[in-house]
Amino acid sequence: MFKAKIYVNYKPSVLDPKAEAIKTALTRMNHQNVQDVRYGKYFELLLQGDDEAAVRAQVEEICDQLLANVNMETYRFDLEVA
Amino acid sequence: MRAAVITFPGSNCDEDLQWALAHVCGIPADLVPASQETLAGYDAVFLPGGFSYGDYLRSGAIARFSPIMTAVQDFAAAGGFVVGICNGFQILTEAGLLPGALQWNTSLHFICAPAPLTVVNTATAFSNHYADMESVTLPIAHGEGSYYADPATLAELEANHQVVFRYQDNPNGSIHDIAGITNRAGNVLGMMPHPERAVEALLGGTDGRGVFYSLLNATKGAAAHVAG
Repeated sequence: MFKAKIYVNYKPSVLDPKAEAIKTALTRMNHQNVQDVRYGKYFELLLQGDDEAAVRAQVEEICDQLLANVNMETYRFDLEVA
Repeated sequence: MRAAVITFPGSNCDEDLQWALAHVCGIPADLVPASQETLAGYDAVFLPGGFSYGDYLRSGAIARFSPIMTAVQDFAAAGGFVVGICNGFQILTEAGLLPGALQWNTSLHFICAPAPLTVVNTATAFSNHYADMESVTLPIAHGEGSYYADPATLAELEANHQVVFRYQDNPNGSIHDIAGITNRAGNVLGMMPHPERAVEALLGGTDGRGVFYSLLNATKGAAAHVAG
């Protein structure tokens, strides 16, 4: 059994208006030193299986096809034995 | 010509689209549930606006895996005409039938307003009824309508004249003012503005009819070609 911790975020080239709104709020809170905000998604999947390479390939497929839109987002994940 | 209008769970422009097609433009149109697996007998398929599957994860991300979408992929691959409006456009990008993606409006506001557009390519099955560079006004109603494509994709779109409609006064931050595009082959259209909401003078204008009449021209041409 494996646990995949998956992080999805916009590509740096994509303007994210929600992250900009958060940054504006932080500036209003006087956190003037906050230079950049990235606002992404986090997923945890629990997967049955013994073959780490196979599970890793499966998680990549899941990310490519559903959890991330690779046209505008990137992802990375950590795989832990669970 | 007979059209299918796909009803996804959460679609809310399907009946408007059917009305525009059938009652206003004289194109017989059936509502086809997203659970169905075949599109046999149709000349064009429409993916309507709305909030399919609650827009969970991303707009269109879940709808893209509906049973009907395998048939839509096959239909498009065989050269059939596919039109995605608003949420339908989002579904087509998620499904990989159109390049790019729709991101949140830069203002973060849901915008419901008439949008002046320029028809920048009239050599398509969806725009041949318009005059070159014609100004038309169609309503927009979306929160996630800011079109994004990476620089390479954008260059390809422009080089191949795949942009059909551009905003005159960019309301949502779309790159290159893009409001509607086709695929490379020219048989799949995606657009954020709603032509089906601009088909009757009583309701504010008839500029949207051109999209449906264009398709009627295109399918007549195809039928004549096959017959001849």
